[in-house]
Amino acid sequence: MIIAVASGKGGTGKTTVATSMALSLQDMSSEVTFIDCDVEEPNGHIFLCPQITGSDNIYIEVPEIDRQKCTRCGKCADLCAFNALLATSDEVIVFPEFCHGCGGCRYFCPVEAVTMMPKKIGTVEKGLAGRVKFARGRLEVGAALSPPVVDAVKKHSTDQGIIILDAPPGTSCPVIHSVRGSDFCLLVAEPTSFGLNDLDLAVQMVRSLGVPCGVLINRARERSCLIEKYCREHELNVLMKIPLSKDIAGAYSRGIPLGAVDGKWNKAFRRIYRDIRELVANEGNNRYQR
Amino acid sequence: MRIAISAAGAGPDAPAEERFGRCAWFVIFDEHGNVQESIANTARSSAEGAGVKSTQLLLRNNIDVVLTGRVGPKAMHAMLNGGVVVYTGVAATVNETLEKYLNGQMKPLAVPNARQHAGDTRSERLAT
Repeated sequence: MIIAVASGKGGTGKTTVATSMALSLQDMSSEVTFIDCDVEEPNGHIFLCPQITGSDNIYIEVPEIDRQKCTRCGKCADLCAFNALLATSDEVIVFPEFCHGCGGCRYFCPVEAVTMMPKKIGTVEKGLAGRVKFARGRLEVGAALSPPVVDAVKKHSTDQGIIILDAPPGTSCPVIHSVRGSDFCLLVAEPTSFGLNDLDLAVQMVRSLGVPCGVLINRARERSCLIEKYCREHELNVLMKIPLSKDIAGAYSRGIPLGAVDGKWNKAFRRIYRDIRELVANEGNNRYQR
Repeated sequence: MRIAISAAGAGPDAPAEERFGRCAWFVIFDEHGNVQESIANTARSSAEGAGVKSTQLLLRNNIDVVLTGRVGPKAMHAMLNGGVVVYTGVAATVNETLEKYLNGQMKPLAVPNARQHAGDTRSERLAT
């Protein structure tokens, strides 16, 4: 079972929810894996304090031009969708920061002047936090292309047990690479106008990926029903609410997961997991009946 | 010699544009100040590398000199390597800019004078 925790808006509590959920579920399943897909700013380790046991470098392949062979025809520069190549009258200049590593320039070069050279764009580290298996991706400073690092860290998900993916904020490529292929996406929303706007974007994104989703309201306030109203209108389940609370905020600032603040949150996360399992099973049945 | 001026519209009466990579048009003149053509900047909508792609457009059109306002690090690198000479300090319109250049009142540029993505409408909004 792969559960992606995503939001839309940043700072709604994805990491708080994902880490607390992973810790709460470690007694329920023989294997729980937490994967930090927020490779531009991974912070799950602050709550889980894992022991890192190994790391791998992640590369993409960027072109190198053989000046002897190159005829400056400019085909590669015309073809490049990311403006990573400039053909001048003297030479073809590579801007590796823009390169997405597709290899189109090498494929279409009429004189085979292009070779692909590895360029490091990040690292993937793995470790253990108690009984929770831990993996995180980290984008190299100065590198701008995070999806390959997201894909690499996701390879640490196994077929067994429960896998919790902590997605980056937003609705763009890194998030799509994180959420795609999950069994369920838990969207963490906060009851503000910004929160609602970005929740709507996230729901549209997750639904177009065909991943079933539900909502967790964080920093919930008694008098606000902004998110609930939206969820009713869009046939979304509100699976859990975490209140706006000074105790929780204080614990968060010290890197303490919710279950350690109050044991009732462990129970709540185990319940939400059971609810998600049921929703996913129903979804499967519905699909079969259709 | 061919001179390109970054502009918001086509033709010599259009407003000149401060942004290089994300300007809408390049208006082209010869060294005597005769207008030759206006080229739509197809590179301006690029997510990344608009400056590099704009330079490629200028190279394809055999431009020797560009008159503009702000040039980012990669566009500068591209134009230095491509042999395009850059002058900054555009006036209000394309015509006035050309006049300024022909009177020797524009500044040559050899190092970038803007950060990356300075011409994105999004970051421009944030900057103001």
